[in-house]
Amino acid sequence: MLRIRCIHCGPRDENEFVCGGTSHLTRPPLGASDGEWAEYLFFRDNPKGLHLERWRHAQGCGAWFNLARHTVTHEILAVYPITERPPAIVERTPPSAEGSR
Amino acid sequence: MSAHRLPAPWGTRLDRAARVPFSFDGRDFEGFAGDTLASALLANGVRLTGRSFKYHRPRGVFAAGVEETSTLVDVGEGAYRSPNENAATLELVPGLTASSVNRWPSLRFDFGAINARLAAVLPAGFYYKTFKWPDWHWYEPSIRRMAGLGRVANASDPDRYEEIAVEVDVLVVGAGLAGLCAARAAAEAGARVRVLAAGPQPGGALAYRDPQRARELAASAERAGARIATRTLAFGVYDHGLVCAREKLVEQDGAQRPRLRERLWKIRARAVIAATGAFERPMVFPDNDRPGVMLAGAVEEYARAFGVACGRRVVVAANCDSAYDTARSLREAGMEVVAVVDRRREAERGRDPGPGTRVIAGAGLSAVFGRNGVSGCSVRQDAAPTGRAERLDCDLIASAGGFAPAVHLHSHAGGRLRWLDAEAMFVPDGPAGVVVSVGACAGVFDATAAAEHAELAGRALARGERLPPWPAPGIGRSLAHTALSGARGKQFVDLQNDVDLGDVALAARENYRSVEHLKRYTTTGMGTDQGKTSNVNALVALGEFSGREPAAVGTTTFRPPFVPVTLGTFVGRRTGALYRPLKRLPAEAWHVERGALFEQFGNWWRPAAYPQPGEDLHAAAQREAAAVRRGAGLMDGSPLGKLDVFGPDAAAFLDLMYVGTVSTLKAGQARYGVVLNEHGVVMDDGIVARLADNRFWVNTTSAGVERTAAAFEEWLQCEYPQLRLCITPVTSHYGNVTVAGPRAWAWLASIGFDAALAPKAMRHMTLREATWEGTPLKVMRASFCGELSYEINLPVDRTRALLDRLWARAAEFEAVPYGIEALEILRTEKGYLHVGTDTDGTTLPGDIGMARGVERKAANFVGRRSLLRPAALDPNRFVLVALDSADGRTLLPVGAQIAPEPPPTRTQGHVTSSYFSPTLGRPVALAMLERGGSRVGERIKVHHLGRVIEAVVTRAPFVDPEGRRIDGEE
Repeated sequence: MLRIRCIHCGPRDENEFVCGGTSHLTRPPLGASDGEWAEYLFFRDNPKGLHLERWRHAQGCGAWFNLARHTVTHEILAVYPITERPPAIVERTPPSAEGSR
Repeated sequence: MSAHRLPAPWGTRLDRAARVPFSFDGRDFEGFAGDTLASALLANGVRLTGRSFKYHRPRGVFAAGVEETSTLVDVGEGAYRSPNENAATLELVPGLTASSVNRWPSLRFDFGAINARLAAVLPAGFYYKTFKWPDWHWYEPSIRRMAGLGRVANASDPDRYEEIAVEVDVLVVGAGLAGLCAARAAAEAGARVRVLAAGPQPGGALAYRDPQRARELAASAERAGARIATRTLAFGVYDHGLVCAREKLVEQDGAQRPRLRERLWKIRARAVIAATGAFERPMVFPDNDRPGVMLAGAVEEYARAFGVACGRRVVVAANCDSAYDTARSLREAGMEVVAVVDRRREAERGRDPGPGTRVIAGAGLSAVFGRNGVSGCSVRQDAAPTGRAERLDCDLIASAGGFAPAVHLHSHAGGRLRWLDAEAMFVPDGPAGVVVSVGACAGVFDATAAAEHAELAGRALARGERLPPWPAPGIGRSLAHTALSGARGKQFVDLQNDVDLGDVALAARENYRSVEHLKRYTTTGMGTDQGKTSNVNALVALGEFSGREPAAVGTTTFRPPFVPVTLGTFVGRRTGALYRPLKRLPAEAWHVERGALFEQFGNWWRPAAYPQPGEDLHAAAQREAAAVRRGAGLMDGSPLGKLDVFGPDAAAFLDLMYVGTVSTLKAGQARYGVVLNEHGVVMDDGIVARLADNRFWVNTTSAGVERTAAAFEEWLQCEYPQLRLCITPVTSHYGNVTVAGPRAWAWLASIGFDAALAPKAMRHMTLREATWEGTPLKVMRASFCGELSYEINLPVDRTRALLDRLWARAAEFEAVPYGIEALEILRTEKGYLHVGTDTDGTTLPGDIGMARGVERKAANFVGRRSLLRPAALDPNRFVLVALDSADGRTLLPVGAQIAPEPPPTRTQGHVTSSYFSPTLGRPVALAMLERGGSRVGERIKVHHLGRVIEAVVTRAPFVDPEGRRIDGEE
């Protein structure tokens, strides 16, 4: 069970949270092609390494926030507001070369 | 019988003043307080304690701890029975009732032992090879009967379990010498320290080797501030410093009353010190599973801790230096140590097994005599496989094949292992995340070195400083290979799973090169002991048969749990009524007084109907539905999902959430809406009413409110953070009493409802805020039954008052309370769908008659793009239709498939809702049907359990298609 630092409430156990999957996805406009829409709707990267994802402190304050997690070690590199880009430390960490679909 | 009790001071754990009666396989015995079941059985001369898993071979006590392979017992009776308990860790308590496993009809005369004769045809993988023709399922039932160990109780466990979460700075797992030294040092350095001792007292091996020092050490650690928890076994290390441990509070002593039995500790630690010791590695030789072959260290522990001499004449089968210390120990305990048979050619000089004990070097055991108990063995030189064997008489063989550090916690934390050739063991290769190993589990066996390293590690972790250097491991030399070349017979590698050298050789011949594959093919390392004593021998053997060094073979991954943990421990209190607590109505007592029959609907505990004497659920629902159409009825609609959506952008947000347009509503108006997910699938429906320019009253389905509110929050926070609004779930804040029927208004007026709420003053699909006797109300005119209907939302604590007042006047209006069953009948008569009943995870709005709503709406909304996908535009989609049974009498079964031909065939749809209509006197149904919209009037076939029922596609509503009843009686 991970220990996650909620942006409002501080460190709490994982079972207070729900994971909403990959963050920083851009939804294509209504006029997007079927292919683009399907890409957005059904396909996600499954990296071995750094993954930017969004979580909600569902059993707490209710806030959604972003989290940068290493998918092998579960190390949480950063926690940052939902509306923000990843902090520099995360941007500098390259996703693993083994990252693949 | 040769095993016997030794006089004090042997038996450091015993309280000989307290005699403890117990029973095993129906026979009564007596032990002492402090005994385990295994030590008490040994002391009573019981050698045969179990039958093996596959061959049903006789087995006895083999070890003295969690690594015990053979003596598994079922403990307790009836619902209290606990299967496969390890007798070597089971504390003896008065009244303990245990029975051996895997034997029939009795331990001594076991029918399944015939498997031992069939061993030649039961090699590794024989299931896969033998029972595949013609079909595994032909054999499965009889094999399942033969296999398996203990029997689980067939009633729900009456005992209680609980869970505690704590945080510490330094958690020390294991309270032996190294653990206590680490704990004391960490506590002295100011850390919050907790120590977990698996057994009833701290000290580990020190507790029986030097009890005085163990007590002093534990006391000094506690004085420094460390807290020592006994009977608490850490079974797993999880992410981010979480360690889970099981505390045993009571053993099953035969008392047939529920007690708090076990406690799950969830310990979040900044640093974890693993001080879990090591397991002795058994020697591999023919019939090395006979009762009377035991781990040498266990023989010593039974003597010192439990005052039990496991035999009188001992042969030590060894390949390591430590065996000589053990030999001297056993001699001290009065046992005659006939010989140390050292597998190594040059037994280390300077090692002394004690006077009178022969050392036979470069030799091994080539046979063991005695079936249900050892009576002797033969020994021969390894160099001379054809040479003459010497027979030694003995009643006990102590097996000393070196040690395997208990690296489990290190592995749970993702740590790597390093193979030490000279010692023939895997040791942790540095720390693993927050887990630092000390003492024997780190491969450090020298007491002084271990204590010093543990202290330094404890202090460094407490202060957050650099870890001390890893001391050189030291147990003396040991040989990886334990088996004698050319020996014949069953030479067991894994006693619990009956895996012998032949099985490993077969796996190697069949090219199972990975140790993980070996495990799964031969089952070695599985079972309740998870290969604690078999792991290294198996991989050494695999290496030998496949021409590789042990380091190249590697080891299987150890995963939690370290020992079997009862499901009850994980479940804790989350069982029965607390498994998923029901939501209760604010005025539940009122419904109970009316004789309501409660059922669970979407986790709410609500009235299904109010049966009168002699009525069943069906009859009551029919009567209630008819009464609503004729006079009036009231329903407790409190579970209805209620959201307060407030803010300047509330309307814009709800336009995005609903297929319908919300922003064009005027204050007081309400509109039906459907919520989609991003795949365009119908997720929820409900009514949205505008209270004011910037405030909306949103009703969702009762079961869907959490899901819908969560989806709204996610959209708002993650995708539309620029919109200014708040979503407040207020379901439990408001009670809801729904009054429906042609006389609904008359009934409400009779208890003083404001005339402004009359049907003439307040139109269908509007909401008014009003007061009634000082109580603020939100009154919605919306109808799920087709009659005049008021949904009255009021502060939850006033619900009962409204119900009581209405009930006092009910008779005048022929009014009844009605339950969910009647509501389902009423809404099906009207053809109203119920999300989740008539829809599923594929239903799009176009499938439920909302296509025009989608087309009319210009703005974007959640799910819209998905409605343009080719699959969404497929003309052959299933759409919601109404069905009449062709004979006008037969109820169409819900879930029955629709197809022109009987199955197996491709389905064209299925019945989703079906009720007998009291209003029409015939059955009515809804269904999802392929191209349903264009098939009105068509006869179709409904298939149910071999029966074919003809039905006709028709149009809903069945009742009052013109909607004339919506305003009531006027």
